[in-house]
Amino acid sequence: MSAPQKLQVDETLDCKGLSCPLPIVKTKKAMDEMNPGQVIEVQATDRGSLADIQGWAKNTGHQYLGTIEEDGVLKHYLRKSRPDEIKAEQKHPYVASNEDLQARIAAKRPITILDVREPAEYAYGCIPGANSIPLGELEQRANELNPEEEIYVVCRTGSRSDLACQLLADKGFKRVRNVTPGMSEWSGPLEQAVEK
Amino acid sequence: MSAAASPLQKMTAGELTRRVLSKEPLFILDVRNDSDAADWQIEGEGIELINIPYFDLLEGVDAALERLPKDGDVLVVCAKEGSSKFVGGQLVEAGRSSVYYLEGGMKAWSEHLEPVLIGRLKDGGSLYQFVRIGKGCLSYMIISEGEAAVIDAVRMTDVFHRFAAEQGAVIKHTLDTHLHADHISGGRKLAEQTGGTYWLPPKDAEEVTFDYEKLEEGNVITVGNTSIEIQPVYSPGHTIGSTSFIVDNRYLLTGDILFVESIGRPDLAGKAEDWVGDLYTTLYDRYKSLPHELIVLPAHFGKITELGEGGAVFARLGDLYKHNPGLQISAEADFRRMVSENLPEHPNSYQEIRQTNMGRIDPDEERQGQMEIGPNRCAVHDK
Repeated sequence: MSAPQKLQVDETLDCKGLSCPLPIVKTKKAMDEMNPGQVIEVQATDRGSLADIQGWAKNTGHQYLGTIEEDGVLKHYLRKSRPDEIKAEQKHPYVASNEDLQARIAAKRPITILDVREPAEYAYGCIPGANSIPLGELEQRANELNPEEEIYVVCRTGSRSDLACQLLADKGFKRVRNVTPGMSEWSGPLEQAVEK
Repeated sequence: MSAAASPLQKMTAGELTRRVLSKEPLFILDVRNDSDAADWQIEGEGIELINIPYFDLLEGVDAALERLPKDGDVLVVCAKEGSSKFVGGQLVEAGRSSVYYLEGGMKAWSEHLEPVLIGRLKDGGSLYQFVRIGKGCLSYMIISEGEAAVIDAVRMTDVFHRFAAEQGAVIKHTLDTHLHADHISGGRKLAEQTGGTYWLPPKDAEEVTFDYEKLEEGNVITVGNTSIEIQPVYSPGHTIGSTSFIVDNRYLLTGDILFVESIGRPDLAGKAEDWVGDLYTTLYDRYKSLPHELIVLPAHFGKITELGEGGAVFARLGDLYKHNPGLQISAEADFRRMVSENLPEHPNSYQEIRQTNMGRIDPDEERQGQMEIGPNRCAVHDK
């Protein structure tokens, strides 16, 4: 594993020196004010905050991405979920299952995979060779992709990738496929820039 | 219900210990996260406990109030105490009376030691057991004529200093029956602080970084002028060096080889296959040849039901040969199978704890406390 670069986040919250319940209370308050999809880095020195953040995220539905320890400071990464994320309506007609994509990878044919999750999510585990363009940047960066190629688009649950597929289709991409359910259920090869 | 609720009250680990030992009913609301609460909880015959993480109660405690008994004391516990004060305060605000929080949280519970007199010795000396009720560790102090020896001391050395001083004794020897894997030994620190001698079985000490005296069979250690004898008996199985002590020809300190309701596990140094045979020989041969009148004093208890009068943990060796499930299997092959099929999870941080006890790492106090959080898990039978 290479040394982690600084992960790109939308908010940073300093909870160093605080003990429970304060790190969670402050995280909750900060996330209430964030937009869905944004990522927060919570810095804490209380080691108990690790299991608490994980438990809290699980119970509230926010997405726990992982934790990095640096010089005795735990940096927890969380992404605020959209209320409708889990059961979002999907509109892009062309889909591929995780298994379809896995079979394509196993066949070793050239393939383009586009991962539209946040950089922090991507860093904690992505399909080897996947291109990272967060959904929020896709509008500007679509020109990095070849509209004639077949592109498999992934996110965590198939909801952001659906939006990405629609966006690309509008731009004239012919062969984009939304991979469902996506990384939350991915059991194929995985590459991690940082360890959980 | 017009009477104002009583304010949030504090309960110390010592007060909680007395409640557990007296088997008084007590309702506990454990507000730690699910996984920590599932790993290790406060136990007692009068204890009823529910777990609701504090972070599920940030916006109101109704979900907790619904599940509390109408009256009687409620103790809120968390890891350190902050969250229990937070939740306890909200319960009081909501009108619930008789609400307590555990001072220092589960950390303090893990560190509390309760001294219990086991018996007087022939020359007038005494043998005390220190029950670490939250974690299940047992330490011992032998006192005779102004001298003391501490066996399997836990890291809270101030408790031993204070107790010895109250008894007018100076700690001359500290002994460990083996290299511990579930808790950090206080033996070396205690000996350094008092200028005493630290004894350790040499076969468990091959990788240690410090000086120690070798505990070997036949080397009798004397406490006090009229010689309370500590006779080491080599009894491998939990570790290769595990050594038991016969004190005053009456007590058998078994370390982590033999407990009251279970036996030691042989796998914490990664050598289960090699050591299970030693364990069998110690339990079914060496110990069996000792007088069955000896009172067994182990280094752990596994279940809270093993605590007797005042919290003391002991049993007659002969009775253990009748009732302890680990001593009822005569064929070695069956014994091996029973042991390998009944190994519980490893104690938390056991590798780091062993490294600490060898002097190879030196974590700070706070980290030591974190490493020790959780049950001891040194026995084959307790899950």
